[in-house]
Amino acid sequence: MEEVKLMKGNEAVAEAAIREGVDGYFGYPITPQSEVIEYLMLEEPHKRTGMVVLQAESEIAAINMVYGAAACGKKAMTSSSSPGISLKQEGISYMAGAELPCLIVNVVRGGPGLGTIQPSQADYFQSVKGGGHGDYKLIVLAPASVQEMSDFVEDAFVLAFKYRNPAMILSDGLIGQMMEKVKLKPQKERLTEKEIREKYDSWATIGKKETRERNIITSLELKSERQEKHNDKLQAKYREIEKNEVRYEKINCENADYLLVAYGSSARICQKTIQLGKEKGINIGLIRPITLWPFPSDVINEAADKVKGILSVELNAGQMVEDVKLAVNGKIKVEHFGRYGGMIHSPDEVLEALEQKIIK
Amino acid sequence: MSEILTPEEIIKKGELVFKKTKFMTDANLSYCPGCGHGVAHRITMEVIEEMGIGEQTIGVAPVGCSVLAYDFMNIDMQQAAHGRAPAVATGIKRVFPEKYVFTYQGDGDLAAIGTNETIHACNRAENIVIIFINNGIYGMTGGQMAPTTLEGMKSSTSPYGRDVSTMGHPIKITEMVAMLPGVCYATRHAVHKPGLVRKAKKAIRKAFENQRDKKGTSIVEIVSNCNSGWKMTPVDANIWLEENMLPVFPLGDIKG
Ligand SMILES: Cc1ncc(C[n+]2csc(CCOP(=O)(O)OP(=O)(O)O)c2C)c(N)n1
Ligand code: SF4
Ligand SMILES: [Mg+2]
Repeated sequence: MEEVKLMKGNEAVAEAAIREGVDGYFGYPITPQSEVIEYLMLEEPHKRTGMVVLQAESEIAAINMVYGAAACGKKAMTSSSSPGISLKQEGISYMAGAELPCLIVNVVRGGPGLGTIQPSQADYFQSVKGGGHGDYKLIVLAPASVQEMSDFVEDAFVLAFKYRNPAMILSDGLIGQMMEKVKLKPQKERLTEKEIREKYDSWATIGKKETRERNIITSLELKSERQEKHNDKLQAKYREIEKNEVRYEKINCENADYLLVAYGSSARICQKTIQLGKEKGINIGLIRPITLWPFPSDVINEAADKVKGILSVELNAGQMVEDVKLAVNGKIKVEHFGRYGGMIHSPDEVLEALEQKIIK
Repeated sequence: MSEILTPEEIIKKGELVFKKTKFMTDANLSYCPGCGHGVAHRITMEVIEEMGIGEQTIGVAPVGCSVLAYDFMNIDMQQAAHGRAPAVATGIKRVFPEKYVFTYQGDGDLAAIGTNETIHACNRAENIVIIFINNGIYGMTGGQMAPTTLEGMKSSTSPYGRDVSTMGHPIKITEMVAMLPGVCYATRHAVHKPGLVRKAKKAIRKAFENQRDKKGTSIVEIVSNCNSGWKMTPVDANIWLEENMLPVFPLGDIKG
């Protein structure tokens, strides 16, 4: 029987993690995502599935606990909000370098610095351009509903293990805090040690049997020639992900004269702008990138042939707009609009911005 | 003069008295001659062999001279970020409680950048073994001051000697964590003399037995020379260690 519940976005992530058969969650409280660890602690998933939940001493410790667990072939995750995600960057870079799968959830708040606890999309650059040191990429999924907060937990783990790469759910305080109906997935079994050995014995550090060489999880290579080879391998993997895993949603794009590009909560606001446009006789389409990396560049490039201008609508001072401009490559006008610092634009403000920056 | 036998001849005579543990690889150690790291590696791996736990043990080596421990320790190994080994070990042990997990950390790693992870892993009574190589200096990066550098001791970042009024005092982290209820065993050893090596090995054995018996965190500190960082010959470094390090970091059990 289908299970439907009314949940906050943060709670939906937590419940989805239990049902996904996650082995370990390691986190540190921060608004607006503390409900993730609070829900998990209350729910006692060790009794339901054997899942471990641990409140770490810091976000740095939490991501390194994820590193240790993930390096054993276990499903491990953490969640935080912007300042905490900044602290995790060293660990995320190490995980990308050591090719470890994991899930990191960022329920973004406004920055810079301690900033505000209100929603924001100001961590776009940090998420899709690497974030920590070195040439690496995270797989970044951007949910626009509580349902997607739940669904993307499974999607993120599938991608993370398929490519042995950290994946991120990039949400914000709006999606994290709001309540919506969620269709829950059935409970998955956690993998046994035997199953982990069958699947990941080629790399996971689960104890060296006499029958195989030792496994080493490391991101270190002192010889530059070998480090370059390792980076070549990572880059080839990233090209593969770009080829296979782009996800997006197109709304009202048939016959649209103008295009909005927006993700997450901003995309929801833009859907209302489409309605407002119709009332005024302006035909507006929306492309909602679901994967922010890999970015739907080709789709946006093709769409640019059919519209007069594009507005990138973001809860920040203009970040994704750079990727939209790269995708469009100068074919048509591309502008940015967005409120920031925890402020959220209204559908009318978006329409007004479209009229002023693009249509006029 | 007595005859000198080849290894083959010794083995033939049945007089084999020492064999390298199979849990050390054949790779040449990258450590400076006379450095304590190599001995500490060997006795750790001997304990693992003697306890028969090699197939269930995962080692964590963070940044420091021993960052390449995975080249020498012939078991599954994880390399960790500088200071983060106790958190990484926590992650492993929590999802695989039946495995044996140890960290192998330097003093800069454990008592400076990783102090938080060290204290909290100990405070949670993480059921792991921490092997802590205290050489009073940052060996890997070329001899900078460590949290354990002695008062007045010269290093490349305390070229006129450590001035405790501005640079802090040598930190006794093993004594500090011994105060925590989560720590079941805290002990300090050295490996520059055969007798001391045997004692250190016994301590490491006890630490792994504590893990087997689920007693909490065990920390084995090994005061070791860094002859390169100290800018001394290995022999002088060991004399200096006895005369200067050991009065500040006295050997023996602190707890357990
Ligand atoms: C975040 C970070 N900061 C600094 C360094 C540089 N670094 C590498 S090893 C090291 C000190 C190691 O000293 P210690 O832990 O005492 O180990 P030893 O080499 O003396 O055995 C430093 C500062 C690093 N790798 N990562
Ligand atoms: S630099 Fe010091 S700690 Fe490092 S290998 Fe040489 S003697 Fe040992
Ligand atoms: Mg040192």
